[in-house]
Amino acid sequence: MALNVGCAARPGKARKNKTGSWRVFRPVFESEQCTKCGMCALVCPEGCVIETEEGEFVPDYEYCKGCGICAEVCPKKGIRMEQEEK
Amino acid sequence: MAEHVAGCELFESGHRACGGCGPALAARLLLNATGENAIVVASTGCMEVFSTPYPETAWKVPWIHSLFENAAAVASGIEASLKRQGRSEKVLCVCGDGATFDIGVLCISGAFERGHDITYICYDNEAYMNTGIQRSGATPYDASTTTSPAGACSTGNQRPKKDMPAILAAHGAPYVATASISYPQDFMKKVEKALNTPGPCYIQVHAPCCTGWGFEAGETLNIGKLAIETGMWVNFEMENGEVTKVKKVKRKPVEEYLSRQKRFRHLFKPQRRDAEIAKIQAIADRNAEKYGIDIKKKE
Repeated sequence: MALNVGCAARPGKARKNKTGSWRVFRPVFESEQCTKCGMCALVCPEGCVIETEEGEFVPDYEYCKGCGICAEVCPKKGIRMEQEEK
Repeated sequence: MAEHVAGCELFESGHRACGGCGPALAARLLLNATGENAIVVASTGCMEVFSTPYPETAWKVPWIHSLFENAAAVASGIEASLKRQGRSEKVLCVCGDGATFDIGVLCISGAFERGHDITYICYDNEAYMNTGIQRSGATPYDASTTTSPAGACSTGNQRPKKDMPAILAAHGAPYVATASISYPQDFMKKVEKALNTPGPCYIQVHAPCCTGWGFEAGETLNIGKLAIETGMWVNFEMENGEVTKVKKVKRKPVEEYLSRQKRFRHLFKPQRRDAEIAKIQAIADRNAEKYGIDIKKKE
């Protein structure tokens, strides 16, 4: 971050910081098993599980840190954690 | 409840909390419940640091941070000014357990005594996590932290957890509640109730910290649930000093909660310390008796 006179920087937002690069395990959502209860979206600490217009829940991999809370909380066990290959 | 619009989070993605952070989830749920018409006053702490590194912010509501100790005083001033102007914004303090139990007690006591219409949310992760896990007044008995390390001469933190809800209820607060991020709907309901209660209200939300307590990131909600199921944490509501609602459970032994966290590892390895585990079980038993959380079997 470049600093100007007086060390003042232009206001920014957290969304600039793509935390998806932190991920070691990637949650894979299997939509066949989904009952659309929405628990995964409710308990995601990043708020990065998004409901699509069709009512399906998908993770935003740009921000998902791969903590696995969604996989633990899913009542149908329809979320699989897979190791990232980079 | 404020209408939740997908993709329009008031607490945005991209903050720098650890994966599986309990307090980050608490902040999200909190803003889901308050909606846009809120002003947040934060104290120094993990949440302040991970959500607002200069010049960025994850908060989409007005947010202010002054010092570690004075969040309640700043909120008092904002509330008084809004009242004078006839405005409807709700003022919230969002502070950690260090700021609430230790450093900020003077300002909180003042704000509650003066009866400002604020809602004080303490996210309780049971130590100073941001600076590297030092013990606070909220750290439970026998937890190992960097300033209460367990070893040959010590079994970890030697003091029990301070009963902060009781202290604030004694100030005559109209609404005092405890909640847990493991029960998100319950937490959001309590926040709404506090916002709609005139006068100073206090909610202490249990927010497990995977880094500080030592468990896998995905386990955050399970650990919070176990705390309630073992009686180590009690979810209750207190109105005008009287306990009006308590979450009842079929209690499990505290061991199930302790053995899953690194901060209590010294109680099981290298050898089991039954005497210490019994002391912690006694704390849970006292909680159970005080609040009547046990589901009684029908005879």
